[in-house]
Amino acid sequence: MTATPRLPVTLSVNGETRTLTLDPRVTLLDALREHLLLTGTKKGCDQGQCGACTVLVNGRRINSCLSLAVMHEGDEISTIEGLGTPEALHPMQAAFIEHDGFQCGYCTPGQILSSLSVIEEIRAGVPSHVTGDLEAPIPLSDAEIRERMSGNLCRCAAYPNIMAAIRDYLGEGA
Amino acid sequence: MIGQGISRTDGPIKVTGRAAYSAERQDAGPTLHGYILGAGIGRGRVARIDIAAAEAAPGVRLVWTHENAPEQGPAEGIEGDMMDRTRPELASDRINYYGMPIAFVVAESFEEARAAAGLIAVEYELEPGAFTLSGFGPDLNWRRPSQAGDIDQAMREGPVTLEETYSTPYHFSQPMELHACIADWRDGHLHLYLTAQMVNQLTTGLGKTLRLDPGAISIDSAYVGGGFGSKIVLHCEAVLASLATMALGQPVKLMLTRRQIFTLVGHRPASISRVRLAATPDGRLTALGHDALIQVRTDDAWDEGVSSVGKALYASPNRLTRQAHQALDVQPGEPVRGPGELPGLMVLESAMDELAEKLGMDPIELRLRNDTQIDPDKRLPLSGRRLADCLREGAEQFGWRDRPTRPASRRDGRWLVGYGVASSMRGHYQTSAEVLVRIEPDGFVIVRSDMTDIGTGTYTIVAQVVAEALGVPMSQIKVELAHTKHPKGNGAGGSWGAANTTVAADRAAAELRARIAVVAGTGYNDIFAEVRRHFPDGIEEIGKTLDNKDDPNYRTHAQYTYGASFAEVGVDIDTGEVRLRRMLGVFAAGRILNAKTARSQLIGGMIWGVSAALQEAGVLDPRHGHWVNGDFAEYLIPTHADIPAIDAIMLEDFDDKANHLGVKGIGELGAGGTGGSVANAVYNATGVRVRDFPITLAKLLPGLP
Ligand code: FES
Ligand code: FES
Repeated sequence: MTATPRLPVTLSVNGETRTLTLDPRVTLLDALREHLLLTGTKKGCDQGQCGACTVLVNGRRINSCLSLAVMHEGDEISTIEGLGTPEALHPMQAAFIEHDGFQCGYCTPGQILSSLSVIEEIRAGVPSHVTGDLEAPIPLSDAEIRERMSGNLCRCAAYPNIMAAIRDYLGEGA
Repeated sequence: MIGQGISRTDGPIKVTGRAAYSAERQDAGPTLHGYILGAGIGRGRVARIDIAAAEAAPGVRLVWTHENAPEQGPAEGIEGDMMDRTRPELASDRINYYGMPIAFVVAESFEEARAAAGLIAVEYELEPGAFTLSGFGPDLNWRRPSQAGDIDQAMREGPVTLEETYSTPYHFSQPMELHACIADWRDGHLHLYLTAQMVNQLTTGLGKTLRLDPGAISIDSAYVGGGFGSKIVLHCEAVLASLATMALGQPVKLMLTRRQIFTLVGHRPASISRVRLAATPDGRLTALGHDALIQVRTDDAWDEGVSSVGKALYASPNRLTRQAHQALDVQPGEPVRGPGELPGLMVLESAMDELAEKLGMDPIELRLRNDTQIDPDKRLPLSGRRLADCLREGAEQFGWRDRPTRPASRRDGRWLVGYGVASSMRGHYQTSAEVLVRIEPDGFVIVRSDMTDIGTGTYTIVAQVVAEALGVPMSQIKVELAHTKHPKGNGAGGSWGAANTTVAADRAAAELRARIAVVAGTGYNDIFAEVRRHFPDGIEEIGKTLDNKDDPNYRTHAQYTYGASFAEVGVDIDTGEVRLRRMLGVFAAGRILNAKTARSQLIGGMIWGVSAALQEAGVLDPRHGHWVNGDFAEYLIPTHADIPAIDAIMLEDFDDKANHLGVKGIGELGAGGTGGSVANAVYNATGVRVRDFPITLAKLLPGLP
């Protein structure tokens, strides 16, 4: 039996430098969950269909199950663990609690990271399927937000409450 | 305290990613990883299986097939409680359904296990299988009949009659957390970190399968990422991970893939219904018939009670509801949210809408006219029967009077707009449960129960009830759930968990108050000071609920929860695309324990109804018996973009026939008839009646005006 070949990779995870030696088949998702024990990033399908594994890579959201960890040499990875703590919640996390934007909580880290990215994407003028005028500034409308959040499935179907949480967060003038 | 919309106590750890779900538990330390190879045919046997290459692959610790897997308790017949049955895996060369495990690999890493599974060479001996629900045949063996009068004669006499056939597809629960287990065999004891809706119930079947005393099995399901019925019975991940840790002496983690969950966890069976209704010209039902043909397996009989909803929803002097089975070669069926009533109400409430149209009547009026205070099936008074209140209140709040009275009569730009209504109803059950409440002298109350919180808010509502009962702040209550070491209840399932657990907890708290009163009177200010003084080691009591059949309350009344849902849809005039525009549900479900979490759960259920009407359908390949659309890309469930703002109103209610707290359940109720209201709205918008669910554009397009 030959040993599985492994490759070194250095990532910055929530601002901390982490060096791992990994089987090149390990996804970014499993590197976080199984090797760094950062299990806040969830595995809901492992095939890019649910958004539970959403993380930020160099500031942009991706499905971490669709990306191999060794491709991320030097990248900055932000996960839910870096956003806020139970004692010092990020305002979006507080809004999710206030509006009951989850039931089982399994899709929730992905929903929260996506919601923050969605707001930035709209503000940056990145168009979506529902964007009308591509020249004009894009409104932070319910339709725009819902469209861009649609990669994050919630089987508990907390969708109306998630929208209420995002609205409330925006109302706080974030 | 009880009823207040208090935010979930587990919220902070869930929104920060700190709550550890089964596969995320670190209690057992580093684990080995398992991977299942499923059968690539729908029926037949494994003729030859070669595992040599897999065994020689890097990191592999074990490869099992039916030829070398450990001996297990044999499969048991379908009689008896489905919770107690064995579930032997890799027990023979037989393949009973597509995806059934034929090999299991354990390796040092997930990647190694998965790759090794791909090296296993299999030759099959294919047998023809039955994969198509064909419709009512001539030799039907009717089950669960509930009958009154003579429905055939009533149908002949009419004068207004309706007889139609409807079909509902396979549904899958598919909670977001994958089915997973970490098994750790340590010092003769098996520790499982399992995603499960009930824990103590699983040890009997698992013990018999593993040939282990159930007392040597612990199951911990502290956080569960959704269940919807799919985490009730024992599944292969618990069995295979347990066998492997017992063989290897190291902890083993096994997470099913999303695709595997479509084959290794049960589905809601497909059904075909024949509904017969007759009424007088003023809308009094004279006949109500619902025959349902349900898919089953020959060696398993999960009997989705599609026809049962017709037993007690409306009064009719002539009534017949019954079910027949057709066995197909797919995996065993299992509970999926709203078992029986989700498909059953969608069908029956569509038929009622059709009848209302034939009568030229407001569909709400037709339902009100056939309301009943006596359960037509059990012939007992119905407690808390407030269907009419739900319908009236909803009509008012939704603006029902503005509905388009003629189908296909309202346009809004490119959208045809329609309104629909449907009733909901769900049986209320009480089962035996015990909960321990303990007051510690150090100023904390501990509540222990094996009940789970699968997103249902159990941690929160139990704390609310005990806080109110003992007069202490919620912050001083620690709720410990979902472990086999805690007092046994009946878990989360069947919408009974909240009532069982809170009623038992309240009774324990009442016992504690009584014991404290004996020594301290009732005029004390600080319960903890009295406990310190009189019970320096702390004081605890166990409260109980009885099974319905042993509780006198349940002999005098029939118990259900009620609701009405109202939907407005738009249908694109050219493409037939259906969009939900708004929706309201009004519910009477006893006393509500937490206005916030209950509303969320009801809305979630309603969205399941929307999904059943418009999207969800498992497609079984009629030639090979595999699930054609077995993943989240193709088994469509609602996304953010599909769902507008939805509201759920809970009527002020208290059902003293259910229990002293007046509480019933809400887990299934939201889903109830919601699908029917959407279907009826689509008809109202388009004039096209689709009786084969879900209502997709292809079925609407040919009939669009
Ligand atoms: S786990 Fe990555 S998208 Fe589902
Ligand atoms: S909260 Fe359960 S899946 Fe979203």
